[in-house]
Amino acid sequence: MATIELKGVEKKFGDMFAVKPLDLTIKDGEFVVLLGPSGCGKTTTLRMISGLETVTAGKILLNGKEVTWRHPSERDMAFVFQFYALYTHLSVRQNIAFPLQAQGVKKEEIDRRVKEVVDILRIPHLLRARPGKLAGGDQQRVALARALVRKPAAFLMDEPLGALDAELRESMRAEIKNLHVAQHATTVYVTHDQVEAMAMGDRIVVMSRAEVQQVGTPIDVYYNPANIFVARFIGSPGMNLVKGQLAGGSVSLHGGNRYTVPPAWTDRLGAALGGTTEVILGFRPEAAQVSAQGALAGEVYATDMYGGHTVLHVNLNEDEIVHVRSDRQSSYPMGTKVRFDIDPAMVRFFDPRTEHAVSSEAT
Amino acid sequence: MPRFEERGPRIAVSQATRVDKVHPRAKALRVLVALVSVLVALIMLLPVGVMVISAMKTRSDVMSSPPKVLFKPTLEGFVLLLTDRAVVSQARQDELREEANNGKLGLFARIALDTGMEITGPSNYVARLRNSVIIAGTSTVTSVLLGLFAAYAFSRFAMKGKNDLLFFILSTRMLPAVVVTIPLFLMYRQLGLHDKHLGMIILYTVFNLSFSVWLLKGFIDEIPREYEEAALVDGYTRMQAFFRIVLPQAVSGIAATVVFCLIFAWNEFAFALMLTSQRARTAPVGIATMMGRGGIEWSAIAAGAVGFLIPVVIITFALRKYLLRGITFGAIRG
Amino acid sequence: MSQFELQHVTKRFPTVTALDDVSFSFRHGEFFVLLGPTGAGKTTTLRVIAGLEHQDSGTVILDGQRVETHTPAERDVAFVFQQYSLYPTMTVYDNLAFPLRSPLRKTPEPEIKVKVEEAAEKLRITQLLKRKTAQLSGGEMQRVAIGRAIVRNPRLFLMDEPLSNLDAKLREALRVELKHLQKTQGSTTLFVTHDQVEALTMADRIAVLNEGKIVQQGTPDEIYDLPATTFVAQLVGSPKINLLPAARTDGAVHVKDSKITVPAPRLALPDSFLLGIRPEDIRPSPQGSFRAQVKLIEPLGVETILHLQDGELTMLCLVPGMAPQKVGDTVTFDIVKEKLHFFGQDRARIAAERR
Repeated sequence: MATIELKGVEKKFGDMFAVKPLDLTIKDGEFVVLLGPSGCGKTTTLRMISGLETVTAGKILLNGKEVTWRHPSERDMAFVFQFYALYTHLSVRQNIAFPLQAQGVKKEEIDRRVKEVVDILRIPHLLRARPGKLAGGDQQRVALARALVRKPAAFLMDEPLGALDAELRESMRAEIKNLHVAQHATTVYVTHDQVEAMAMGDRIVVMSRAEVQQVGTPIDVYYNPANIFVARFIGSPGMNLVKGQLAGGSVSLHGGNRYTVPPAWTDRLGAALGGTTEVILGFRPEAAQVSAQGALAGEVYATDMYGGHTVLHVNLNEDEIVHVRSDRQSSYPMGTKVRFDIDPAMVRFFDPRTEHAVSSEAT
Repeated sequence: MPRFEERGPRIAVSQATRVDKVHPRAKALRVLVALVSVLVALIMLLPVGVMVISAMKTRSDVMSSPPKVLFKPTLEGFVLLLTDRAVVSQARQDELREEANNGKLGLFARIALDTGMEITGPSNYVARLRNSVIIAGTSTVTSVLLGLFAAYAFSRFAMKGKNDLLFFILSTRMLPAVVVTIPLFLMYRQLGLHDKHLGMIILYTVFNLSFSVWLLKGFIDEIPREYEEAALVDGYTRMQAFFRIVLPQAVSGIAATVVFCLIFAWNEFAFALMLTSQRARTAPVGIATMMGRGGIEWSAIAAGAVGFLIPVVIITFALRKYLLRGITFGAIRG
Repeated sequence: MSQFELQHVTKRFPTVTALDDVSFSFRHGEFFVLLGPTGAGKTTTLRVIAGLEHQDSGTVILDGQRVETHTPAERDVAFVFQQYSLYPTMTVYDNLAFPLRSPLRKTPEPEIKVKVEEAAEKLRITQLLKRKTAQLSGGEMQRVAIGRAIVRNPRLFLMDEPLSNLDAKLREALRVELKHLQKTQGSTTLFVTHDQVEALTMADRIAVLNEGKIVQQGTPDEIYDLPATTFVAQLVGSPKINLLPAARTDGAVHVKDSKITVPAPRLALPDSFLLGIRPEDIRPSPQGSFRAQVKLIEPLGVETILHLQDGELTMLCLVPGMAPQKVGDTVTFDIVKEKLHFFGQDRARIAAERR
């Protein structure tokens, strides 16, 4: 049972904010991901929750009780590090038993819990091994076992898959998610990889430059990004954002293209932008459909082959390149002229002055 | 059992990032630890303090029991240290007294006169000190230099039996120096190295080499190989890569090694005692053998020790930044 | 013909054979990727080519020349490391100038200035020239590292997982830039990575390395569509390919412990083999012929990964956009028969046709 609340939690170094005042409620059993580029404050936030960093303002509550100043060992939270932090001089079994020994648990109980956890993570064959000799994935499983054996109120994970090969990351991702579903334990997970965040999170907290940009489910942040940063950061490649001028129901883009604003948007758009005509048109690569009668035109600049699909880099004008997702069959040599449409249900608009999205909900 | 539950500092803490350093109780503990540390430091500095004070006491003050805390400071000890004196007749003393009253007698001579002696010339203390500087300085430079190249090789190159070789080098330090003094004495006599600066320099270099190789290898190990390899690929020879890239990054390690080697060579007594007599005698032995010429001149010995201390203090102070980094093996990480 | 080649290169270390009879070749202006998991021998390959390691046997040919006796400096290659590639005590400018100042080149300072500024512009780091490297971000550091390789205009670029230490988003951006740079410069590049996305999107051709052996060479299309072994099939493609034990019965292929059957292809199939199905070739459909339960859902936005369970069997299925299914739902699906892969018990692709 663990609800974690952050109220106005802030971290300052002198005059510089590492984390601007942050409010967040993590429900019991929820898997919340703190996502953002290096230096955005996500790891600092996690460390403040765990007690490895102090807060310069604000409160942290666990199940309603304040723990802002409690020693890390007394918060009933387990921390999983990126570089495993396993004790190389102890065997795997001793590593896993370590937290329980520190708590003074009886030997029979320790043995029972170690066995339980080791079965869950499928590493019973590694009990006698030294962590230093194991492969990355196994080491991370041992680190997870060590956290799991404590049956803590919450798990805090700091980029645990960062040190693994791409292939292993995929399978460990599903393992951690399955573990979470089975244990139903509150988890706060930090990563810079938006694929991980999308695949694993019940909710994602997107952060940049010490500030929270958006909090929402994967579907929320993907289909309704709150601002330009989130639109670009989520999705690989990120959302296409093209500058243009709004005039009479259509947006004129540089290079001659004109995009007709779908009827559902016309009123909202004019109202949201006020008097200005500058607008940013946003659409994801899969929202663009190549078609001979497409409304927008450009030239293919490069093709990225991803295996199951391709991504075309289409040049709309000198410096405006958009990504268009396409299937493998189509082959476009460099320089080919293409035309495409944008799925009206997936188009988004942003105000270039505030960088915020124009709300996509009907008023 | 919750220890520091809801009571945190009222004021926002702007710099501290460690939970265990922020609480009122932790702060009190820190103050206590600081006090104890100061106390321990004082206790450890006490002998040094006594030594410095003794250097400034008169003969009688030095010997007095209980020891005098308040006394009249004098340079008598330094005079006894730095000059050779001879007892002179009363008549001569009166002569000198005359000169003193006329202001024609130097400070040291006047002090000597007060003890009934005349200065006959400088003592060999300064010469001994100079020997120490030459021998310790040169041997430090050579052992660090040789150690650097050896450490680099051990760190970067694969060789058969490298670990055995490294252990052998380390083992030379395991031998108590005293055990080999007799054989060395005989060897040096044969080779004509006895009581020669060169002999002592070679000896100290060899003894310091094990230490410097091991220390420097540790520091060089921490410098990523990619730096030199990039240079090699770019067209530099390994020697150039060594000087331009490895050396600048190993500076703190080199400084730490220099200090350690210097301290060993500077303080070394056993070998110096056996293998030197007049020409190459170093200060530690010089000071120790000052005893026994008509009694033990404690103030002179103390003064000698103070003089002996000064060069090391200066160098260690100058290199203190590097020392701290070196001791904790704190290499700069990217 | 001028080209770059490794012929039967073997390199042994005391505890492991890093390279075992490795042979591959590539041409001028090609972006050649060496793909493999950690420990496969990729870095050792680069080091042998650069001359930082000596092979136990085999030949390295650069630009049609055998280079065994050449020092690293003489081989005219540039090395971009994964990290620690910049000298921390120098400014960015000096870092970029360092290769040109080497005694081998003896370039005069004015010429150095021109070359450094040129490279800085190509990598968009002109504004960083006066900074100390310690003040740079990870992405900027790697740009400078690449810049340092460019200034020399070597005949071959060797890149050892240069993007691995960067954030995912930064990796994406730098990947595109790197590929573009390579195409416009026409520089021959040997790029090493464990990330199959990097390999597929950047390479002209790929060689897959595992435990010191080359497992397959070919274009990205060939590696993806016709993997030579199960190892290659699993390495390339995200999510991972499904490998299901199967057997042939009469005219059909029947997946063990499951009701899934597909028509038998015209291949000489042994009794037991492995059937490979890529997740995007499993298509949920209301009229689907097979059924399974949804065990886990990974929504990626642009597509969704469904973990399907059919008895003991687990399969990954990739559907575009958002999936309407929930965990626990039963889903019916079809399989795209044209895209099946068959592998024997020896893990190699079955290609021989049935008589």
